[in-house]
Amino acid sequence: MEILLSITSGLFLFIGSFLCISGGVGIIRFPDFYTRMHAAGVTDTLGSAMILTGLMFQSGDLLVFAKLVMVLLLILLVGPTTSHVLAKAAFHNGLLPQGLNTLSKSDDKEDTSSNT
Amino acid sequence: MKHTISLFVTLAAFWLFNSGHYNLLILSLGLVSIAFIIFIADKMDVVDQESQPLYLSRNIFGYYFWLIKEIIKANSTVVKHIWLGKKSISPALRRINISQETDMGKVIYANSITLTPGTVAIDLVEDEILVHALIAKDIDSLENGEMDRRVTLLEI
Repeated sequence: MEILLSITSGLFLFIGSFLCISGGVGIIRFPDFYTRMHAAGVTDTLGSAMILTGLMFQSGDLLVFAKLVMVLLLILLVGPTTSHVLAKAAFHNGLLPQGLNTLSKSDDKEDTSSNT
Repeated sequence: MKHTISLFVTLAAFWLFNSGHYNLLILSLGLVSIAFIIFIADKMDVVDQESQPLYLSRNIFGYYFWLIKEIIKANSTVVKHIWLGKKSISPALRRINISQETDMGKVIYANSITLTPGTVAIDLVEDEILVHALIAKDIDSLENGEMDRRVTLLEI
C-alpha cells in the first residue's frame, strides 16, 4: 500500500514537473504576449494541480491534506483572475495580438483605437 | 439567515483545518473570532446572495467535474503545440455571445474560459466576451456553446 502511494505520488509529481517545464519552454518559444500567456496557463492550472495532487498522496494527515486542497483552490481562483487582468491591461493599452487569421480583425482594431 | 449560517460553517471549517489544536481555550478563541467576523460582515452588509452563492451548490459539482475534464484536454493540446513550435499555432481574436443573465453566471463563464489553457477572456461588455485563443479551433468550440449552456444551467 505504502509503495503504491509512493508510485502514484511520484507519477503525479513527474507529470506536473513536465507540464511546468513545458509551460516555461512555451513562454520562450511563442511569438507574442498573448500566446505566451497561454503557455503560462499550463503551468498555472494542470502543472500546479498535478504537483499538489502528488503531494496530497504523500500527506498522510488530514490537516496537511486540507491545507493542500486550500492552496489548490486558491490557485485555481486567483490564476484566471490575474491572467484576465494582465490581458485586459495589455489590450486596452493598444497591444494587438500578432499573426491573427480572423476576419473580424479590422473592427477589433477600431475598438482599441477608441479605447485608448 | 441561511447566508449567516453558511458563512459560519465556512469560517469554522477554515479555522479548524488551519489550526490543528483542539483544546478548550483555543477552540473558544476561534469561536470568538468567528463571531467577531460575522458581526463585522453583518455591519458591512456583505452577507448575502452574492458572497454566499448557495443556489449554485446544486449543480456546481457536476460542472467542476466537466471543467476538470476540459482543462486536462485543453492542457494536452497546448503542451502538444508548445513542443510542435510556433508554426503550428493559429492565434485568433473574436467576440462571442454569452447567454448568462446574472453577474455571477458571466463571471463563472469568463473565468472558466480563462482557466482552460489556450483561451483567455480579455474583455466582457454587456453580453459579449472578447476571447483570444491559441488555436482558432478553440474559439469555434466555444461558439458551439457547450460550456455556455452548462454555465447557464448553474443559474436559477
